[in-house]
Amino acid sequence: MFKGPVESKNEAAMSELVPEPRQKPVVPMKPVGINANLLGYIGIDTIIEQMRKKTMKTGFDFNIMVVGQSGLGKSTLVNTLFKSQVSRKSSGWNREEKIPKTVEIKAIGHVIEEGGVKMKLTVIDTPGFGDQINNENCWEPIEKYINEQYEKFLKEEVNIARKKRIPDTRVHCCLYFISPTGHSLRPLDLEFMKHLSKVVNIIPVIAKADTMTLEEKTEFKQRVRKELEVNGIEFYPQKEFDEDLEDKTENDKIRQESMPFAVVGSDKEYQVNGKRVLGRKTPWGIIEVENLTHCEFALLRDFVIRTHLQDLKEVTHNIHYETYRAKRLNDNGGLPPMTVETEENHESNL
Amino acid sequence: CMHEVKMIRLFLPKDRDEENCKNDGYRTLPLSGHVGFGSLPDQLVKKSIKQGFCFNILCIGETGSGKSTLINSLFNTTFDDPVSSHFLPSVKLRAQTYELQEANVLLKLTIVNTVGFGDQINKENSYQPIVDYIDAQFEAYLQEELKIKRSLFSYHDTRIHVCLYFISPTGHSLKTLDLLAMKSLDSKVNIIPIIGKADSISKTELQKFKNKIMSELVSNGVQIYQFPTDDETISKINTIMNGHLPFAVVGSTEEVRIGNKMVRARQYPWGIVQVENENHCDFVKLREMLICTNMEDLREQTHARHYELYRRCRLEEMGFRDIGPENKPVSLQEAYEAKRHEFYLELQRKEEEMRQQFVQRVKEKEAILKEAEQKVHAKFEERMLALQEVKLKLEKKKKVLEDEIAMFVEKKANAEVLQSQPSVSTPLLSLKKDKDRKKYVLMLVIRGSKKKFLHISLL
Repeated sequence: MFKGPVESKNEAAMSELVPEPRQKPVVPMKPVGINANLLGYIGIDTIIEQMRKKTMKTGFDFNIMVVGQSGLGKSTLVNTLFKSQVSRKSSGWNREEKIPKTVEIKAIGHVIEEGGVKMKLTVIDTPGFGDQINNENCWEPIEKYINEQYEKFLKEEVNIARKKRIPDTRVHCCLYFISPTGHSLRPLDLEFMKHLSKVVNIIPVIAKADTMTLEEKTEFKQRVRKELEVNGIEFYPQKEFDEDLEDKTENDKIRQESMPFAVVGSDKEYQVNGKRVLGRKTPWGIIEVENLTHCEFALLRDFVIRTHLQDLKEVTHNIHYETYRAKRLNDNGGLPPMTVETEENHESNL
Repeated sequence: CMHEVKMIRLFLPKDRDEENCKNDGYRTLPLSGHVGFGSLPDQLVKKSIKQGFCFNILCIGETGSGKSTLINSLFNTTFDDPVSSHFLPSVKLRAQTYELQEANVLLKLTIVNTVGFGDQINKENSYQPIVDYIDAQFEAYLQEELKIKRSLFSYHDTRIHVCLYFISPTGHSLKTLDLLAMKSLDSKVNIIPIIGKADSISKTELQKFKNKIMSELVSNGVQIYQFPTDDETISKINTIMNGHLPFAVVGSTEEVRIGNKMVRARQYPWGIVQVENENHCDFVKLREMLICTNMEDLREQTHARHYELYRRCRLEEMGFRDIGPENKPVSLQEAYEAKRHEFYLELQRKEEEMRQQFVQRVKEKEAILKEAEQKVHAKFEERMLALQEVKLKLEKKKKVLEDEIAMFVEKKANAEVLQSQPSVSTPLLSLKKDKDRKKYVLMLVIRGSKKKFLHISLL
């Protein structure tokens, strides 16, 4: 109920809302809390089912980018993650295939379906990253690509006649592959992550983790975490976007203990203890990819796909995209503001 | 004999292109194991539950058509809603927001009621406030969407998702006001027509009434909300329900004991009308359709269809186009830039003008001041000259007087010298001297007014 003019002396004073056309309308204020359970079932909770059905019908988009030097196992890992031949491996270079002169961006899209859920998966590969002699600014094409996707989305959103569902090509997640040197991060790694953690969700991953023993692994991870912290690199899940205590404790655990995930990828199956598992066969044993004692692939997979996939998309949409949009519109002087809040000089042509 | 050559049509397995077309041209990839993204809808749902849902219902109907009672019955609570009188001078809208919780779902329900609808003698402006209210909610959302720093994900959505239009149970047909109101609202909101207080119509009359209403709506081109029939699981029930429109409902805030249960009902001397009995009224159907089956679709239609239409019209109204004058696609940015440039030039021009004016005025003022200054100067000079003249005159007079004093002093000195000497011809001399003396005394007396002169007493 909100205050307004009293109608007449005859009636009890009633609070009314009388909106004037085209002015900032008064929105109904503080809601009154009522527990509906007291008097019988209404059916409000069916909205969950309705929403679920709808989203399953429309399907999901997911765009994942893999960045790292050649030979770190990027394509293999993506294939292992999505259990299919999503990216073609560049199995060594032939002499005929030249190393690309600049970083190329290759986006390949597939549709995968599981449990009635259709997902349009796009894997964006970046061959040539960090491979030249002089690698200065090799992250720039990547940054440009990411911003281009935001630009595309913005253009669609700003149209007068908009599509029902704007195609989402924005990069939701960027897996950055760290070389398992065992020492520390390389300058290229730091530079890349510094620049790109502001525009996209970066998940650092230690590639080919089977080259390190358990102690080396823990030490290396600690060092990497420390270096990232010292350099102020906020990787996903970012601390500032934790919504509530539950999220915070969950994400803290991941941030401080598990990340960066030390992974091993493989698309070959072997027989271990009567089961067929994905693994790598070596003279001294078989490394099982999905075994948590061998490597952290399963953690990465659960993290990215089973628990945080929607969150990755939401952070991209609500935070990175909005930041880009705000910056872009500010540079241009902004879209027509109907409330004069951006520039005093602008005369609204309403 | 001739062998009949049968043309065997080869039925090729599903054409790859056809499959690809369904997926926007993307190849379908078979999975060789369990990946786990089947939990995506759950992740989405979990987030939505955390955020809560918004649902906004607008009830339009004449005073006393049973709106508040129906809402109370629908949501099984008593919303705080004072009864309104019939004597309101114009139609107003009253919005109240409630938070309902069922299981773990939090629903922010906003009920907007029309107050005074259909009561006035002159009903010309009855539905305009309603249209304005709906537009105002769209406007608020559009403003938020166009902001530079916006927070759409935490925005409290007040756009009306469904409009329940209450038709009076006359049994004949729609009133003109009903037709006009629905016609003006059908492109802005999802309308579900409802016959309120349906227990005043008998079953046979009811069916005739419903048919009449639907045919009138169709013949007047009113587009009411159709329950969606594209999803196989609900299309069957939705189609059936579509045939039952408009729903004839009865609401009640009282409970009556039937058997061993307390049910919502209205008790008459001739019987009890049970609200939740499907034979008695369509209340259950309405609740099913409105809440259990189509709430999400109503929200989506509001956003995807009605809001987009509003937005398009509004932006076009403001002069933005997607296609520029040479039929080339013009982005909103460019159009805006052009307008902004225009305004900027205008602003500069005005600034320049004002500056010119200011400079002009300053010059004028300066000129005036200078003139005045000169005048004052001239006066000053004049006065100075006059002063000089007077000074000169006085100097002259002073000189003359001083000369006379000197002469007199000299003569006095001579006279004294002469007196001390014995002389022969004194009488003449003394007489002369007396004459002189007198002359001098006379002269002194005449000039006695001037204080400067020494008062020489010779007597």
